[in-house]
Amino acid sequence: MKKLILALAASTAALAFAAAPAAAQDKTKACWIYVGPIGDFGYSYQHHQGLLDVEKHFGDKVETAYLESVPEGADTERALERFARSGCDIIFATSFGFMDPVQKVAAKFPDIKFEHATGFKRDHPNVSTYNSRFHEGRYVQGVIAAKMSQKGVAGYIASFPIPEVVMGINAFLLGAQSVNPDFQVKIVWANTWFDAGKEADAAKALIDQGVDIITQHTDSTAPLQVAAERGIKGFGQASDMITFAPETQLTSIVDDWGPYYIERVQALIDGSWKQNDVWGGMKDGHVVMAPYTNMPDDVKAAAEAIAAKIKDEGYNPFTGPVAKQDGSEWLAEGQVAPDGEVLSMNFYVKGIDDKLPN
Amino acid sequence: MFESVLITIATAATPLLIAAIGELVVERSGVLNLGVEGMMVMGAVTGFGVAVTTGSPWLGVFAAILVGAAFSLLFGFLTLTLVTNQVATGLALTLLGLGVSGMIGEAFIGMPGQKLGIIAIPFLSDLPYVGRFLFAQDPLFYVSLLLVAGVAYFLFYTRAGLTLRSVGDNHDSAHALGIKVIAVRYAAVAFGGACAGLAGAYLSLVYTPQWIENMTAGRGWIALALVVFASWRPWRVLAGAYLFGAVSIGQLHAQVIGVSIPSQFLSALPYLATIIVLVLISRNRRLTMVNTPACLGRPFVPAR
Amino acid sequence: MRLELVKRPQRSALFSTISPLIALVLTMAAGAIMFSVLGKNPLDALYYYFIDPLRETWSLHELAVKAAPLILIAVGLSVCFLSNNWNIGAEGQFIAGAIAGGILPVVFPDFQNGLVLPLMLLMGFAGGAAYAAVPAFLKARFNTNEILTSLMLVYVAQLFLDWLVRGPWRDPGGMNFPETRDFHAFAILPELMPSAGRAHWGIVFAIVAALVLWFVLRKTLTGFEIRVLGQSPRAGRFAGFSAPRMVMIAFLISGGLAGLAGISEVAGAIGQLQPSISPGYGFTAIIVAFLGRLNPLGIVAAGFVLALSYLGGEAAQISIGLSDKAARAFQGMLLFFVLGCDTLIHYRIRLAGRAPTARGEAAQNV
Repeated sequence: MKKLILALAASTAALAFAAAPAAAQDKTKACWIYVGPIGDFGYSYQHHQGLLDVEKHFGDKVETAYLESVPEGADTERALERFARSGCDIIFATSFGFMDPVQKVAAKFPDIKFEHATGFKRDHPNVSTYNSRFHEGRYVQGVIAAKMSQKGVAGYIASFPIPEVVMGINAFLLGAQSVNPDFQVKIVWANTWFDAGKEADAAKALIDQGVDIITQHTDSTAPLQVAAERGIKGFGQASDMITFAPETQLTSIVDDWGPYYIERVQALIDGSWKQNDVWGGMKDGHVVMAPYTNMPDDVKAAAEAIAAKIKDEGYNPFTGPVAKQDGSEWLAEGQVAPDGEVLSMNFYVKGIDDKLPN
Repeated sequence: MFESVLITIATAATPLLIAAIGELVVERSGVLNLGVEGMMVMGAVTGFGVAVTTGSPWLGVFAAILVGAAFSLLFGFLTLTLVTNQVATGLALTLLGLGVSGMIGEAFIGMPGQKLGIIAIPFLSDLPYVGRFLFAQDPLFYVSLLLVAGVAYFLFYTRAGLTLRSVGDNHDSAHALGIKVIAVRYAAVAFGGACAGLAGAYLSLVYTPQWIENMTAGRGWIALALVVFASWRPWRVLAGAYLFGAVSIGQLHAQVIGVSIPSQFLSALPYLATIIVLVLISRNRRLTMVNTPACLGRPFVPAR
Repeated sequence: MRLELVKRPQRSALFSTISPLIALVLTMAAGAIMFSVLGKNPLDALYYYFIDPLRETWSLHELAVKAAPLILIAVGLSVCFLSNNWNIGAEGQFIAGAIAGGILPVVFPDFQNGLVLPLMLLMGFAGGAAYAAVPAFLKARFNTNEILTSLMLVYVAQLFLDWLVRGPWRDPGGMNFPETRDFHAFAILPELMPSAGRAHWGIVFAIVAALVLWFVLRKTLTGFEIRVLGQSPRAGRFAGFSAPRMVMIAFLISGGLAGLAGISEVAGAIGQLQPSISPGYGFTAIIVAFLGRLNPLGIVAAGFVLALSYLGGEAAQISIGLSDKAARAFQGMLLFFVLGCDTLIHYRIRLAGRAPTARGEAAQNV
């Protein structure tokens, strides 16, 4: 017993005298919080690739830290505050659900810069928002789908009905309709961002119901693997998933956050950081299409053409004429949708026979 | 289409079935191991890792079984030897499993996996409507059915099965009869762990051949619920797993067809269906009582 | 060599106190090994895990924020578990309470006065209790196993909340994102010391609930009834206690407290409803309940320990780059050691050589 108490005392003392955290140096410290594990090989994984890009680019000049699997709720604010107090100079909060905690913590720490992905609140001058126009990529996918599909029906595995996902579905269908006006899309809401099994089940259900091409707005590679098994084509999501389906993936929308992160950290170092609201697309290098594979040359040419039109000519996928689901006009001939309407989109365009929860 | 839907249901049901049948044996011996999710995810990462490293999915399967069993013995040591609380220990096992599997799995993220091939039985697999469903499946599908039949036979038609049930029903009498209660329970726990490991391997080698953190996504919990659903009877586990699988797949089809019910309500159907069916079948109090292991969750320390 | 347990004639007061300390030492030793293997300085890791979160006031407040729902749910669960009712659906009851309590600020945002908050708390309690009444009723009336029903209802509650915040309860000014409008000032559970940190009244509710239930369980007939029916339903029946009634009581208390935790979390720490409001509090609280040995006062301590293990994990991630996975594995180890060391309270452990007794052989698998 005596030994035990001694051991206890010794270890407590050791702890108490343990080296306190190293004093903050004048290195810039950039910090990230992710909603999922970096091992999701999807959304959080891609943000983490952005962190790695920052490390590579700046080397010793920048120190990084991250927290993964941070729940959206009471825990978010604590995680942010701990970051703020641990010497971070800039904090990237990478999930929509972190929005309100970011505003609260930003108010407390006016000297620290906060960057919030996919949100719309910038209550304080030290908060910026950023997002990517993934729907540009989905428009290109729609064009490819309509050219590749023999039945004229695509299956769409969706996660949750938020504007981000809804605009993706609409852009995909508009792209497809630009090739085949009668093109159809069947939608399954998986109600999850990543559950490989459930996504696989959804893909199988869609294929059994007669779609001959698959796309997804969930994070795992499972739907693509199912498509490979069933001998149809599909699209990757968030990262290039070609290794999982070498003969199936047509292309993939790659979320490349690296350029933005490097730019913002650089701005901070230069002292030129200012609040912004960036919604970068193909033009800015934030949305990158993986190589066009497994398709005939003419389809590839068409895909490259439309991608170039978006990238170089600034073509907006939401350019009139576009009708809403009920047939009423949304955009007149030549009219381009204002960003605000796209960012809060909760209606379908004509040709989709799903219903949005309201 | 009918047949491929059946196969889809089988794929969704098989991991639940394998994990649940193992847990059923554990619970029949009087031990409640809530760590199924943790053992399963350990099996998933081990199966995947060994398969991609060695190039042999079968080695992955065996490794997953071993690791599942070894991991469950940790639970066994705590709850059986040190008589810790089973519920809390099981939950802690799940935490540990999710953490350790994530650490091991970091090396495997973004790697395509190995898939167990399909074994088609000649002639039978050409039968109309059910041929491919019953006779051209992945090997673990057959294993799952054999496990159910084997466990049913073992529990009710062998002496060892009788011993195991008697330990679960009244460990004091079993001990008085000279049965080694703790040894029986260790064996049952290890079997449950092996099954959970196998179920995990099914996820990462058959269902979706890849490794993703937390890829069990709550299936261990469903497996636990299925044991209760089955009133601790093996064939009912089979029925429960396929019912759950069928409703889960059915709601996806309902969405594709365009039923205008919010998808959240459709997603809730499998859970509600399980509750309703259980209410209907558990109204016969006597039948339920007979099958519930009376010592479930109770620690055993023999008086000297 | 094998381990042998020898039951103590009575629980050891000494080990009741020091077993958690032994567990701590063992955890630190095992943790040090694990951290070294991971290439981290073990002393640093342990420092960030156990000490750093306790160094600053704001962090202590955060500890209270994290511990409050765990304690509140776990003390309710202790009533269930003591009376042999296996409610593992507290997570669903937590959500049901948050939804029920959220009706006022979300659906009637113009109803703003001092009554709102008390009503919300009441409705939160009632909502959680009502949701728990479902498995209780099914058990009492149809003999349906509550493990299954309470667990399945968790998923149903999560999906229902998801539907609400994406559909009918969506904030009209929120760009169609899945969240309700912010709760107005009258619907916010105040912070205790706003200038010092975020701790809100939830922790007070938790501690009061623990004290009240401790009193009820130790000193009242109802408490006696709960324990008797839990230990021996037969004896309970002879004493004239009604098991079905106890099923309802236990579930209503634990569901109500989980519901109160839910509305406190939403009105206190979050300030609106959103698709996910709980990182699994309802399940973690089960561990807390047993870690606290089903004693409400022990649960208060256990709740803080578990909360610390979350905060410590985060601190270690940020400061020395220990991964979230390692933090979770370490948390699992901590729990194992704490649970294992509690054995010492009731048993002496002996290392014995091979002995040809029936028991000896039984334990050879170890």
